[in-house]
Amino acid sequence: MAQRTIVPFGPQHPVLPEPIHLDLVLEDELVVQAIPSIGYVHRGLEGLAQKKDFHEMVYVAERICGICSFIHGMGYCTGIEALLQLDIPKRANRLRVILGELSRIHSHILWAGLLADAFGFESLFMHSWRVRELILDLLEEATGGRVIFGICKVGGMRRDIDDDQLKRMLDKLDGIERECCVITEPLLNDSTVRKRTVGVGMLPQETAHLLGAVGPTARASGIAMDARRLGYAGYNKLNFEPIVETGCDSHARSAVRVREIYQSFDLIRQAIADTPGGDVDLKLKPGVNPKGHYAARLEQPRGEVVYYFEGNGTPNLHRFRVRTPTFANVAPLVKMLEGCQLADVPVIVLTIDPCISCTER
Amino acid sequence: MPFFSFAGLVAKAAVSKPATRLAAREPFAATRGHVVIQISACNFCTLCAKRCPTDAIEVDRGGRVWRIDRLKCIQCRACVDACTKKSLTLDPHYSPAMTAKDVESFKGEAPPPKPAAPAA
Repeated sequence: MAQRTIVPFGPQHPVLPEPIHLDLVLEDELVVQAIPSIGYVHRGLEGLAQKKDFHEMVYVAERICGICSFIHGMGYCTGIEALLQLDIPKRANRLRVILGELSRIHSHILWAGLLADAFGFESLFMHSWRVRELILDLLEEATGGRVIFGICKVGGMRRDIDDDQLKRMLDKLDGIERECCVITEPLLNDSTVRKRTVGVGMLPQETAHLLGAVGPTARASGIAMDARRLGYAGYNKLNFEPIVETGCDSHARSAVRVREIYQSFDLIRQAIADTPGGDVDLKLKPGVNPKGHYAARLEQPRGEVVYYFEGNGTPNLHRFRVRTPTFANVAPLVKMLEGCQLADVPVIVLTIDPCISCTER
Repeated sequence: MPFFSFAGLVAKAAVSKPATRLAAREPFAATRGHVVIQISACNFCTLCAKRCPTDAIEVDRGGRVWRIDRLKCIQCRACVDACTKKSLTLDPHYSPAMTAKDVESFKGEAPPPKPAAPAA
């Protein structure tokens, strides 16, 4: 038996934007086992729910993550609205879908850049972020913020995005989609890129199912699972199917995310075409507080997120718990790393699109 | 299988203008830059301080002073939405860089004297 060595990977590592630590047990250059440890950026946001008024907690929920900030805010509001039995206006739901899908596009483009950076394709990294900037401009113009939008509230939206603005957004989408084609083409078809991704980091369907993989990681292993199909925020009125690949490798996970970018463009077009008029905000009766418990499930760019709420009739939630997609994908990641080359570890880690600050809350 | 598929884009980018906007750019109209108070319109009702999720605003009702800690403010617009006198607005420009941890304070004028009670 070859001698075993342990190589620490992270929490500070050039490919990792956020801190996760992996102890890689190696036999020569081959990874035999990966032992993860997290907890470097824990902020105790869930505990804050017991001290903050449930209206103010939206701002904290948005700050769970800097990339999927909108969907975190939306998930929090969806849960509280269910506890208060509010039926929010249709226009507010449509605007939530539009902003949520724009967030998904910019998250996937950001991921494409990070993956390219992991295998040394610097120009693809730069161009991905250039295209992402166009989406961020659209979001800033519509909401007033680049990263934290602060537009979602319990009972709807804090401000309307008028029809002219939506039309301008629609006009710009075609150009951005063409730009996306330029960066996604080499990510999937370039021969040098394929050499780094095809057949690397295999996650068979049974293993993915057994370990509870979510989102693009599960869909790339042939599991047709997409929380948007549950129909929250009016997704059931839109025409789409979960994107599934059967390759089970890093290339399949890339392909799922690339195809999801175009699916999101399509969903935004469908949502804008079908946005009804009317109010975007529901006036809440003062003194009504959440009571009972509820679990909200939403699809984030990285997979399914679960929020658990427990209200006791006071303005502060008794319990607020978030199960983020990266947390669910860490166990499959450990399985993917077994048997791979040490040089492939950064690429494989990036293919689950890790968001560690989400995971830590 | 294509080779050098990215070369055209790289060449085009090398001769085109920078893609990023300058930090000192003209902001979008909706951008949440920083909170501005028109102190003459303020009635010191303290609603903004109550709604502020980070407790960045402090209102001294008796002394008629309105204070804001710019380092605590998250530009969430809650105070602007709460203001009944429309004395608070959001300027789309970001607040200038700070050199010290100061709390900005604005002093309002003394309230107009109450009309004297009619002589009995």
